[in-house]
Amino acid sequence: MGESISFRLNGKPVQLDVDGDRTLLWVLRTDLGLTGTKYGCGESYCGACTVVVGKEAVRSCQLPVRAVRGKDVTTIEGLERDGRLHPLQEAFADAGGLQCGFCTPGMIMAAYALLLKTPKPSRDQILARMEGNLCRCAAHHRIVTAIEQASAKA
Amino acid sequence: MSDERVPIAAPPAAAPLPSGGRALRRRDFIKLLGGGIIVLFNVDLLDLAAQEVRTNGYPADFNAYLRIGNNGRVTVYSGKIEMGQGVVTSLAQMAADELDVSVESIDMVMGDTDLCPFDRGTYGSMSTRFFGPALRAAAAEARAVLVALAAEQLKRPKEALAVEAGVVFVASDPKVRVTYGQLAQGQKLVRTLDGKAVAKPLSRFKVMGKPHRRLDARAKVTGKALYAGDVRLPGMLYARLLRPPAHGATLKGVDTSAAAKAPGVVVVSQDGMVAVLHADPEAAESALRLVKADWEVPPPAFDDETVFAHLLEAGGEGEEGEKRGDLAAGEKAASSLFDGTYEDGYGAHAAMETHTALAHLANGKMTVWSSTQTPFPDQQAIAAAVGLPKEQVRVVTPFVGGGFGGKSGARHQALEAARLAKATGRPVQVCFTREEEFFLDTFRPAAVVKIRSGVDGSGKICLWDYHVWAAGSRSAEQFYDVPNSVIRTYGRWGGGTPKMHLFATGPWRAPGANVNVFARESQVDVMAAKLKADPLEFRLANTSDKRMRSVLEAAAKRFGWKKAAAPSGRGVGVACGIDAGTYVALMAEVKVDAATGKLRVTRIVCAQEMGIVINPDGATMQMEGCLMMGLGYTLSEEVRFQGGKILTRNFDTYEIPRFSAMPAVETVLVKNDELSPQGGGEPAIVPVGAVVANALFDLTGARLHRMPFTPARVREALAALRKASS
Ligand code: FES
Ligand code: FES
Repeated sequence: MGESISFRLNGKPVQLDVDGDRTLLWVLRTDLGLTGTKYGCGESYCGACTVVVGKEAVRSCQLPVRAVRGKDVTTIEGLERDGRLHPLQEAFADAGGLQCGFCTPGMIMAAYALLLKTPKPSRDQILARMEGNLCRCAAHHRIVTAIEQASAKA
Repeated sequence: MSDERVPIAAPPAAAPLPSGGRALRRRDFIKLLGGGIIVLFNVDLLDLAAQEVRTNGYPADFNAYLRIGNNGRVTVYSGKIEMGQGVVTSLAQMAADELDVSVESIDMVMGDTDLCPFDRGTYGSMSTRFFGPALRAAAAEARAVLVALAAEQLKRPKEALAVEAGVVFVASDPKVRVTYGQLAQGQKLVRTLDGKAVAKPLSRFKVMGKPHRRLDARAKVTGKALYAGDVRLPGMLYARLLRPPAHGATLKGVDTSAAAKAPGVVVVSQDGMVAVLHADPEAAESALRLVKADWEVPPPAFDDETVFAHLLEAGGEGEEGEKRGDLAAGEKAASSLFDGTYEDGYGAHAAMETHTALAHLANGKMTVWSSTQTPFPDQQAIAAAVGLPKEQVRVVTPFVGGGFGGKSGARHQALEAARLAKATGRPVQVCFTREEEFFLDTFRPAAVVKIRSGVDGSGKICLWDYHVWAAGSRSAEQFYDVPNSVIRTYGRWGGGTPKMHLFATGPWRAPGANVNVFARESQVDVMAAKLKADPLEFRLANTSDKRMRSVLEAAAKRFGWKKAAAPSGRGVGVACGIDAGTYVALMAEVKVDAATGKLRVTRIVCAQEMGIVINPDGATMQMEGCLMMGLGYTLSEEVRFQGGKILTRNFDTYEIPRFSAMPAVETVLVKNDELSPQGGGEPAIVPVGAVVANALFDLTGARLHRMPFTPARVREALAALRKASS
């Protein structure tokens, strides 16, 4: 059952002794106490659980923790540096890209992965990349604006 | 655990009040308040709350208060909650403006039954409408008290003093000054608002009326904002519960022995509640799969297609509402008569946060962190469920991840968590899976509207005979100048009406209003088309309501509305409505892919008049949210079911609007500073179905009578049209 799994989480090494079949989402939310990554559907439909592994946005509800062995994992908690918000976080706050805020971590992480690969995405690229992330408060317009603002600043 | 994660409000300065339940006399309540300058006030209309307040033994003359502490910070205590609608920010803006302090020096303590006075719940666009004026008056009162104290201390007349950023100073000699904090030092001054304090006139607003970054933004973009599911306690267990395969099913037998053998699993089977618990939520989930249950499922009485016939039958005689004139006279005066039937299926709330609660019983006191719009009513229900006196139950509401009415009085998860915490002696979290969320949601009821209407020779609506099943009459009220009109309701949207629904129903963002406006505004369009009248002109010719005219005209101006009778082939439509005291007119443009039937809304203009606007940016955000969310109920959202069996399980089959559905949205706030602020959280969603239906008709000549307008239904309507014309 238990296996030793090491990876980098938000820039710091972690070593866990866990059942490698458990999903990254729940390992983050329970064992590691990082509750910024949310459960929204558990079946890959909503994107609330999005984290970045390497440079890819990944649905952590679908990912066995074993799969991140030796990789670099970034969660919403890892974007702030020395008390300074990441430009995307700043832009989401400024543009009002959130209401209840529950989809927000997943939205920001999906956008973060997009900007890693495509620093200046077109509006269509933004829409296409964000299509799989759901927001029930319907903050879509502001979310797109926020991503555009952040990419303009980067 | 990580203490840098933030709950909804800064920790309050004072110790918890045990006010949450005990039948407190006012004097006792005040004794419990800490020091500082305190103004008690009432947020809800007293006549609505009085009965509940009396039977619950709370002081009857206030249900919120604010305190200026000796650090100069202002804390507002209210049982209302923040679920995305932005009240934390708009209320803080109001208090800040009236008190002349910065928004950042305000702390909001909300939704905690131990810290806040009784409140019925957060719903119905009420926070700004009723809370706003009360809070402003209370803050104005507090400012007056502070200025009077300052006058005494500085030995100057009040008139000579000015206030800025929480400092009272002599206007002609700013060095002579004293801060709010200094003034509050060592005081315990309690005032009760008598409703007479005069709030600032619009012209002196400094904070209100201007955009302000959400006070919860930083917590929410860093992942530090705490929701009910994020609270961690040592030794806590995660519970998964056995659910029936269908509503109305009975449990014939259950075998939990295999689950009980799994390592670390705790099984609780109590009065029909069967739960498996584990320190790892996924292990609890796996153990639940080992539980064998034998259910008896009743044969399905009706399904999502046959429900409408069922509603008509179950509705009975109905109840007459608003009535004007005489229907027979209207019928006689009519040169054309129109009969229309409109339908809408069940809708799910589908907030991104599923219902979640963590319960912990310690030293005889049950604390429940819950995602709820109604913490105080929940407190009572939890107390009853676990057999504790109410004052031994505390409900804490962290940030709520969306509500839309679905977390209003829907409290399975909190009751289950509390019962399980009691049974196991451990803190227990119940977090619904998405499938449970779709199964246990209090759906917006399916509804039917039948209208018989008539126009006379001069193009005036002379008859309006309106019948609505299962939606109630919200937003059905007549604002067209119809001399002969009646509204009849059969069953309401809530429970209450037996045998109408197979599962729980409840309020959904603007309950009942969406289908009522869909029906009315479609029917009005049908009449305009028959007369070959421009739909906007027809509406203007039939209403003298100034506020309605103003929003229609504002929308037309922004949209660039060009006069034409429908169907014009352009694909533009108009619809309007009133909700929560606010007037809205929408104009939209649609495109349809004739092959697939996929309907796309490319542009929406929304003109809204909501009295004084406190936070224009917040109001605009709410409008945009309403329009986008409205596209969901209009185009795709429908709960599929067969008898008590819910077929809709996750977002793959319940499609909520995505980025690709985003139309170009333009919003216009029509000024009306004569009127106190009206509701903003719901009105703009109300005419979305109608405006899309009308635009589709304008484009194709096909009229849809049932929401949502799924591709299949659009294809069908287009095919029927082709058949009719060939
Ligand atoms: S929780 Fe992972 S996609 Fe919804
Ligand atoms: S902000 Fe509430 S779900 Fe997106």
